[in-house]
Amino acid sequence: MSDATPHPQPVPRPEPQYATMDQQAEAASFGMWVFLATEVLFFGGMLLAYAWLRASHPDGVAEAGRHTKVVIGSVNTLVLLTSSLTMAWAVHAAEHGRRTALTRLLAVTALLGLLFLGLKGYEYHGEWAEHLVPGLNFQENGPHARTIELFYFLYFLLTGIHGIHVTIGIVLIAVMAVRARRGAFSAGYFTPVEVTGLYWHFVDIVWIFLYPLIYLAGRSGP
Amino acid sequence: MMGLPRTCLITWAALVALLAATLGLAYVPMPGPLNIVLALGISVAKALLVLALFMKLFRAPALTRAAAAAGLFWLAVLFALSATDYLTRKVEPAGDLPAPTGREYQSGGR
Amino acid sequence: MTTATVTGKPEEPVVATKNYLTEEGTTLRSWLLTRDHKRIAILYTLSLTVFFFVGGAAATLIRLNLVTPAGIFTPDIYNRLFTLHGIVMVWFFLIPSIPNTMGNFLIPLMIGAKDLAFPRLNLLSWYLYMGAGFLALFAILIGGVDTGWTFYTPFSSLYSNGYVVLALAAVFAVGFSSILTGLNFIVTTHRLRAPGMTWYRLPVFVWSNYATSVIMVLATPVLAITLLLVAVERLLRVGIFDPALGGDPLLFQHLFWFYSHPAVYIMILPGFGVISEIVPCFARKPLFGYKFVVWSSIAISVIGFFVWAHHMFVAGISLYAGLVFSLLSYVIAVPSAIKVFNWTATLHKGWISFDAPMLYALGFIGLFTIGGLTGLFVANLAFDVHVTDTYFVVAHFHYIMVGGMVSAYFGGLHYWWPKVTGRLYPEWWARIAALLIFFGFNLTFFPQFILGYLGMERRYYAYPPEFQAWNIFSSAGASVLAVGYVLPFFYLGWSLFRGKRAGSNPWAATGLEWKTPSPPPTHNFDRTPTVTRPPYQYRPEPEPQDV
Repeated sequence: MSDATPHPQPVPRPEPQYATMDQQAEAASFGMWVFLATEVLFFGGMLLAYAWLRASHPDGVAEAGRHTKVVIGSVNTLVLLTSSLTMAWAVHAAEHGRRTALTRLLAVTALLGLLFLGLKGYEYHGEWAEHLVPGLNFQENGPHARTIELFYFLYFLLTGIHGIHVTIGIVLIAVMAVRARRGAFSAGYFTPVEVTGLYWHFVDIVWIFLYPLIYLAGRSGP
Repeated sequence: MMGLPRTCLITWAALVALLAATLGLAYVPMPGPLNIVLALGISVAKALLVLALFMKLFRAPALTRAAAAAGLFWLAVLFALSATDYLTRKVEPAGDLPAPTGREYQSGGR
Repeated sequence: MTTATVTGKPEEPVVATKNYLTEEGTTLRSWLLTRDHKRIAILYTLSLTVFFFVGGAAATLIRLNLVTPAGIFTPDIYNRLFTLHGIVMVWFFLIPSIPNTMGNFLIPLMIGAKDLAFPRLNLLSWYLYMGAGFLALFAILIGGVDTGWTFYTPFSSLYSNGYVVLALAAVFAVGFSSILTGLNFIVTTHRLRAPGMTWYRLPVFVWSNYATSVIMVLATPVLAITLLLVAVERLLRVGIFDPALGGDPLLFQHLFWFYSHPAVYIMILPGFGVISEIVPCFARKPLFGYKFVVWSSIAISVIGFFVWAHHMFVAGISLYAGLVFSLLSYVIAVPSAIKVFNWTATLHKGWISFDAPMLYALGFIGLFTIGGLTGLFVANLAFDVHVTDTYFVVAHFHYIMVGGMVSAYFGGLHYWWPKVTGRLYPEWWARIAALLIFFGFNLTFFPQFILGYLGMERRYYAYPPEFQAWNIFSSAGASVLAVGYVLPFFYLGWSLFRGKRAGSNPWAATGLEWKTPSPPPTHNFDRTPTVTRPPYQYRPEPEPQDV
């Protein structure tokens, strides 16, 4: 292709089914949006279960919510919001063909993701110590014990599946960072970064909703 | 500083401010479900900020916006039509019957 | 038939030495690592055929058991048989049947594209399907599952002694296969249409698969998460569906049917697409009311999400909810009826020839109509109380899924067989098979309407002796049906080697897929075609020359 230039600005040729790179980029981005629509419904099932639990056992959910670790939860929200900022910033850097900035910003985003997972793990550890893990070591007495158990059942599923999404996101971003460092992207071609960014922001949005549902339930009560 | 776009910074500041607001408001006793309604309202605002500015949905083609809207529309269908049952169903409390829970039946990992 | 073919293009030299079957090589590796949508379609067709016969074998044993009132198998084995039949037929045959075989093969051809938008995802989707299939077969071989394909809680989550978690994992995985296919079709239809291929020039088959894909993408994730919740509940012995913990088993049913009712439309919508291709071709008339057919597909894919709780009328949902869902279920009959009227109107004053694909299509219209009308019966709250969980319901959904969908599948298979293989099948054998399937099907399932109305419950291994006569009819019909299904296996296989060369357009059909040689080359078209006319320009005008 264009080996003549000293700093090659690689613009790969489109795959055979596309006429132009633009068409390919549009397809990739639209495909990711369709996938995100799928993800909305994937989390939606659990959210419906949560809504049902909260509506039918409000007091129990309020009590369970007060067991959650609001400090870690809030810090983690801040971490993810910031990682979304660095991700958006990274896409911006990619648009302008700034390779070093792009590499660094992707690395920072991935590190923030790791920080989120670390804090989450610390939180899980605390919950294990407090015997709040349903099915494995749950011990709780009192009138709302069973609702608290169901709350924590959903808590672990929601945060666990969200955590899997964060992990996938970190891997994708790390791959992008390596590719960026090797000069795979340019101002003319950065679709993978953009699409990874969409996924990462979506993971952030999911957390934006999980945060009040999990950590802020029942905070205004006794 | 590596060319941080101003819109991104402002968006992030707004997100952090909303986070602080939702955290603070959660501790204020309010009547009925107002707490959760407010909290979810703030979440919607935050999500819209991320969607519109970080994910550039405002500048995206109509088709992309339709895909995003479809996910939300079908989520709304799931909730709304389930609500026709849950909001009108009369549940007879079982009382203190000694109902066996799952723990009494082992599956052996199958 | 072959007189009014493509003008200006020599027909016979297209014995295509350079086609998708040979171009990439003929090694196993070249097939297993292919990204060509046509080859992946073939992979799907072969694997689906295996699962169709696995599911069919279970059905055979079920009908065998029901010949005598006391049954042949133990209740436990019988439970496993109908569960196997349900799981395999629903998720490993019906859901992927037309989209993943014909859809995969034809959508790029019909819209003038070189491939689907994401060929690697397409291959991944097949591997997911195969992995899931092996998991399901493994679960069956080591002991099976006895929950029924619906996995109702708390039986599935707490009490069943089958290999439920394995089966759930299989369905979970095959769900993602279906999501990836749907995603691929949606993006392809939006982004890869040839120049001039506007939305209203798309063949109805593409529209139907598009509508199907919308359901796949938006409903399947809900099934996935629901099954995950059940599996976790089963492993940890605690969960949201356990009533003893204050959970709600009906929540499972809501979530399950939020997927599984729209899934019925995943199964039937592509069938509508196939019929809409066949009927105009063999009636030599443009499809009547093209836009109505198209928009009724879209309407079905949307309204299909509004009706799920009609499966739960007697399960304990509120009466008010029952009323709402009953009304909405009547609404969805409207777009389905529009289609039937349109096909009938297309036939009106047509120049009809009764080739095998047309026989299947006509069978489809009749059987689907019966299935659809009995659907109105069970949408009625009061009548549904009488027939819930009886053979009436079994007959109703088999009329849709087997009478409808499987007929459409076979119709499409015959219609596009010359395109896919480059060979013609023996016409008379094909007509005989089509007739056997039609009569065998009716003999099998019509008695079940009567049995259900009389009160015979589904899913029981034994029944009161007064139902025996109808059951014998049904089992006799099933053996006719089985012959009808096995027959194509032989003559289609024979035609692969001995069939007459088909040429590019043996039916003198319109549509871009007939403009390319049979079998098509790997990249479908030598030059990207430009489209200048709407589809189905039969008879009134000569063949369009827009390639």
